[in-house]
Amino acid sequence: MTTNPEVPLSLVVLRKLSKHFQRDSQPITVFDDLDLEFAEGSFTALMGPSGSGKSTLLNLVAGLDRPSAGTVTVGDVEVSAMGPGQLADWRARHVGFVFQSYNLLPVLTAYQNVELPLLLTRLSKAERHEHVMTALGVVGLTDRASHYPRQLSGGQEQRVAIARAIVSDPTIILLDEPTGQLDAKSAAEILELLKRLNREFHKTILMVTHDPHAAQAAGRSLHLDKGVLTA
Amino acid sequence: MKFFPLVWANLTRHKRRSVLTTLSVALALFLFASLRSVVTTLHASAEVGSESRMIVQSAKAIVFFLPMSYRERLLAVPGVKAVTWADWFGGVYQDPKNFFASFAADAESYLDMYRSDFTLPADQRAAFIKERTACIVGQHLLEKYGWHLGQNVTLQGTIFQGDWTFTIRGVYHATNPSFSEDALMFHYEVIYERYKSWVQPGWYVLELKDPALAPQVAATIDSEFKNSSDPTKTGTERAFNAGFVTMWGNVSFLMDSIGMAVVFAILLVAANSMMLSARERTNEVGVLKTIGFGDRLLFALVMAEAGGIALVGAVLGLGGATVLYPAIHFSAMGFLPGFAVAPGTLALGAGIALALALASGLVPAVSAARLSAVQALRHVE
Repeated sequence: MTTNPEVPLSLVVLRKLSKHFQRDSQPITVFDDLDLEFAEGSFTALMGPSGSGKSTLLNLVAGLDRPSAGTVTVGDVEVSAMGPGQLADWRARHVGFVFQSYNLLPVLTAYQNVELPLLLTRLSKAERHEHVMTALGVVGLTDRASHYPRQLSGGQEQRVAIARAIVSDPTIILLDEPTGQLDAKSAAEILELLKRLNREFHKTILMVTHDPHAAQAAGRSLHLDKGVLTA
Repeated sequence: MKFFPLVWANLTRHKRRSVLTTLSVALALFLFASLRSVVTTLHASAEVGSESRMIVQSAKAIVFFLPMSYRERLLAVPGVKAVTWADWFGGVYQDPKNFFASFAADAESYLDMYRSDFTLPADQRAAFIKERTACIVGQHLLEKYGWHLGQNVTLQGTIFQGDWTFTIRGVYHATNPSFSEDALMFHYEVIYERYKSWVQPGWYVLELKDPALAPQVAATIDSEFKNSSDPTKTGTERAFNAGFVTMWGNVSFLMDSIGMAVVFAILLVAANSMMLSARERTNEVGVLKTIGFGDRLLFALVMAEAGGIALVGAVLGLGGATVLYPAIHFSAMGFLPGFAVAPGTLALGAGIALALALASGLVPAVSAARLSAVQALRHVE
């Protein structure tokens, strides 16, 4: 079997993915038999109304949630088949996650927040320092390393969150409404940063968003509505 | 160690709460160590009495006198090497709250009898024996009231009414930790002269030729005076001390009960504080899980916080009690000589601190470990 070098390899593969919830004895189907792939080095925006299953999909790819049926494969690893301990280790090495509300730990400085994923590695203190400063350099916040989240603007907090997501050089970066709480200018800066991460550092990015402007920044947009996917 | 900044940051997140929780743990362990030490000191004092000394007291009660004539008869009992006697005086100095052990004794024989329990310079001993209104005091009592050699000290008698002035001619140092340095001793003759009509020895102390003779000596003495108007009760000094311990009633049970109740109450406070702190950080648990922090690591981090509070509390509480009491020479006015926190109490206190850490940290730690990242993140979203 040969591989066409012109066609990028699929990094994330979802096969026959189903997710059902039980709410007050009422079964809810988020999606059923969903097939989807994300190419390595791609930047995909996943859009759709609230409750359409965007965040659930993101959680399934990150191994934070388990599918009711079907498989989630990232690289050569079947994420949906891993146990909780393995998933935590896998996430630490392969997933960078950015939340809408930044979710920085308020008691830690920007530096310490970015360092968190590296605490799970065998890197020395000096090596961790180098990685943290590099990540903060990528997001343009080396001068804010010693600042606490409360001392940063929303845009700066989200950039620190992105630095935390990229510091361990993950396989994939997952973002859940990364510009949802930002003003237009800060949102534009974040999107430009994400484009740069994709373009210069070849990071595979999957971003959930409501914002059509944000979706334009991605190379590919997908629309999810009531569990049904449209391009 | 690389996780220490995270643990520390969480502990100092609400400084006032953490400080108060830690202080409450410290106070609980301090009280536990103090109350437990009352029990251990009482038991220790009961156990360190000399085996070669016996006490003869009234069979009716310790407060009843024994005739002076018994002295010669006791000395004649086979196996008895020496006899001395004493009376509890129970005076106060200037104010009723300045109460300490004071007693009258047959000076020379008493000093000889207890020669191995304390040291008294030869010149001071001679001066004390020579002067009828002289007294000797323990080093700590001297320091406590700022007295000095040669000073006149007036005690107000509570049993033997009136003012009693003594001149300090000697200061003794206890060589036996259970021998109190908070005591004043003066000549028996002083009270005898004023209350000649009714004062007699309160108890006799016998020195045996051989400790193995104690049962026979006790039996001989008690049977000899059995049918007299003043029957005796004779036992070893150790049994006499133990008798004082039982006079405190079931003090061990009381002290231990109070100590454990205090610890349990504080445990609830600490556990509540830890759970409150963990509940406030549910979202952060979700974030850490998303980053890749495993269940075991999160469990360990929460337990480390509880352990940190318990450890600092234990160091402050148990360490404080260990250092404080010897530093201030606490002896409960001479009733608990050698009062100190015993190694066994420290070990028990450390065990309680560990149990406290486990009990207060376990629920939030298990919750943090079991909570799914999605659930935790939804907590605030």
